[in-house]
Amino acid sequence: MPEFLQFLFSGLTVGAIYALIAVGFTLIYSSSDVINFAQGEFVMIGGMGTFFLGAAGVPLPLAALLAIAAATAVGLLLHRLAIDPAKDASAVTLIIITIGASILLRGVAGIGFDKNFHSLPPFIGAEPWNIGGAAVLPQSVLVLLGTGVIVLLLWLFMSRTLMGKAMIATAANRLAARLVGIDTSRVVALAFAISAAIGAIGGILVTPIALTSYDAGTLLALKGFAAAMLGGIGSPIGAVAGGLLVGLLEAFGAGYVSSAYKDAIAFLVILGVLFAMPQGLFGRGAIERV
Amino acid sequence: MNSVTTSPLAADRLTIAFGGIKAVNDVSFTVRPGEIFAIIGPNGAGKTTLFNLLSGIYAPRDGRVLLGGEDVTGEAPHQLARRGLSRTFQNLQIFLRMSAAENVMVGRHLHEKRNVFAHLLALPSVCRQNKETRARAEALLERVGLGNLSSRPASALPYGALKRLEIARALATEPKVLLLDEPAAGCNAVETRELEAIIRGIARDGIAVVLVEHDMRLVMDLSDRIHVLANGRTLAEGTAAEVRANPAVIEAYLGVAGVQEAARAGD
Amino acid sequence: MGNALTKLIENRYAAILTIAAIVLVLPFIVPSTFYLRIATLTFIFALAVLGLNLLMGFAGQVSLGHAGFFGVGAYAVAIGPTHLGVPSWAALPAGAVIAALIAFIVGRPILKLKGHYLAVATLGMGLLIGMVFTNEARWTGGPDGMPVARLVLFGWIARGPQTWYWISGVTLALGALLATNLIASPTGRAFRAIHDSEVAATVLGVDVARYKLIVFILSAVYAAVAGAYLALFDGLVTPGTAGFLRSIEFVTMAVLGGLGSVFGSVVGAAVLTVLPQVLTVFHDYETIALGAIMIAFMIFLRSGVVPSLAALIGRRTP
Repeated sequence: MPEFLQFLFSGLTVGAIYALIAVGFTLIYSSSDVINFAQGEFVMIGGMGTFFLGAAGVPLPLAALLAIAAATAVGLLLHRLAIDPAKDASAVTLIIITIGASILLRGVAGIGFDKNFHSLPPFIGAEPWNIGGAAVLPQSVLVLLGTGVIVLLLWLFMSRTLMGKAMIATAANRLAARLVGIDTSRVVALAFAISAAIGAIGGILVTPIALTSYDAGTLLALKGFAAAMLGGIGSPIGAVAGGLLVGLLEAFGAGYVSSAYKDAIAFLVILGVLFAMPQGLFGRGAIERV
Repeated sequence: MNSVTTSPLAADRLTIAFGGIKAVNDVSFTVRPGEIFAIIGPNGAGKTTLFNLLSGIYAPRDGRVLLGGEDVTGEAPHQLARRGLSRTFQNLQIFLRMSAAENVMVGRHLHEKRNVFAHLLALPSVCRQNKETRARAEALLERVGLGNLSSRPASALPYGALKRLEIARALATEPKVLLLDEPAAGCNAVETRELEAIIRGIARDGIAVVLVEHDMRLVMDLSDRIHVLANGRTLAEGTAAEVRANPAVIEAYLGVAGVQEAARAGD
Repeated sequence: MGNALTKLIENRYAAILTIAAIVLVLPFIVPSTFYLRIATLTFIFALAVLGLNLLMGFAGQVSLGHAGFFGVGAYAVAIGPTHLGVPSWAALPAGAVIAALIAFIVGRPILKLKGHYLAVATLGMGLLIGMVFTNEARWTGGPDGMPVARLVLFGWIARGPQTWYWISGVTLALGALLATNLIASPTGRAFRAIHDSEVAATVLGVDVARYKLIVFILSAVYAAVAGAYLALFDGLVTPGTAGFLRSIEFVTMAVLGGLGSVFGSVVGAAVLTVLPQVLTVFHDYETIALGAIMIAFMIFLRSGVVPSLAALIGRRTP
């Protein structure tokens, strides 16, 4: 039983990060039909940025804030320089652009930071707590709480503020949103900014547990995408559910089946979803009109 | 009296629903050989959905599609093409990166040898076949009045030309039944007259033509029979004169002015 | 003059003749074998990119995992002689067949997907193949890779840039010939039709699923042969051969040279093979450069170098 709980907690923890990435994907995709392959890099910037700023003498809380700000700035730049100029391009073109952005950021991180693994000190202590016989890191609990708070804040933003409603409108029908005076370009920029910020926060939260490195972004993006697809791309609740599920599947798969192919589990999930239920758990299928 | 078994195309109680709304609801008709059969109705009546059902793009929830008397319900579009069904699209699905001639050449695909290894090696038989395909394509372009535009990229052609290009391309498959989805949409009076001549020529060749159109003069001029759809259901069916006089049709679609306009087309 | 030049560029066989001419002439004008080595690498990568171009440029599909097939070919000629006693000259075609088989099995379900779903699925496929090469150390030597025995044909050992230059150059020319023939055939027209409008293609009788699978398998074979050549030439194979970065390199080469252009595949491969040699610091900045190139080309020069040049020359015609 303790083993099961162990996997459960570690699965939920890493799943929470996938959930944050998936929410980021969903935000951007809903408002612009772009799948942002550079999503994982925001997580990486959060973790790596905080570490390097901390190593340079900046107090960690401030370093974290600066890293989040940096990630947000990168997100906005990405939108402005790479996505907006190509907004009417085909899906394949946009994919190539965001992949290009992903490896560009990876390359910059490799040079600007370094190519080693790094960690951050746990926020509230390193001694594991005993929950039901399983050793749970306090940081894990923080990750789960932090994710919950972020998702809640996001939900409040989308449903209670005017800007949030503008985002929902743009996601529902971009042309109609423009016709009622919404600046959809700004909305998409905001989607990028928010996605970058929550990605970075997730990165900072999870680095004490999972380490980070300049190339951590790629696999994270793929797993986040798997989560978004499992939940149903375009659905924020789906993104969270999908993230947690992928994390759990990975933890239990690695624990009970094979840890060498742990990373393969997410891809198998993607393939399974694509063939068995392409619209995901909470999504709605699209109909092509001829 | 033609029975269902010799009809080139028949719909038997076709029904399809999207999210609870029946876009096509229990629609049946039987097209006669060599006939020009029109389907009219207000926007949203289900005409294009019906075409998508007939050409295999959608599978019906209920009902059957019969081609040449055989039940082809649920078969894929390329299989229906092999059986002699061809169509054009309301929203134009031109191969924009190819030339006009190449567009029509794709239409010859069914009649070409499909051995990939022969193609890789460019065997003499393939070269001969390429020449023949191109010749037939040029002939079809000539027929619809696009002969001098054959090597132009399709993206450079005006809208009216593209509509005729789609018809030439659909004819390249040597169909027995041709579905035309709003061929005259966006065409001016001159272009519509030219279109009428082309369609008459097609019917004279023995191909059954099923036409979705909003241009009532064209419909009344051309059609042997008209099937009226409204809200996914059949409203009426008959000759031009019968449909014009039908009070339900007048109310749902034609309107009094529409009837007068249609009457001007002459019988 | 402009008109004749345009006609020349558009002539179907211009690309192949140019490639053949380059292959024949190059050894006589380069100062040392170092350049032959670069040329050999260019030809090998161009072969892989050519296959990818058929898939992406002509048929309009997308594959972000093509290095997976490249790796299959490479590891086939490594594992065959070392673990199975299969000589290299047999392991090479065997690798191509295995790649074709993988493409067939994976392709049937995957190619039903479009756009980003297809991209992610192929990316996943490529990464999975790479994972197998990294993990199954007993067969593949693990993360450090394994040595590859030289190709031996009738007692003659194929080694060194001089030999491989000709092998890869001739294979590239042949590959380009086959590709050009295919494009000008009904199959090629089917690919291009699928690219522009799948629904129109299908109502005209084109079996879309079949052709997507054909082009996928073909592109896998091109990649596998190229991968095998690289392994035999280098004498070494590592999991990086099948890695994500390599898949991205292939896509960048195809995009840079021009999707939908046979000669563009060669140009793209040449630029991205020569550049790291010319700028020795390129290696450190490679990923940055690749990323920047992809973004810049997709925004500013979407059709790539060769088609853009051809259009430019064509426009100058009076």
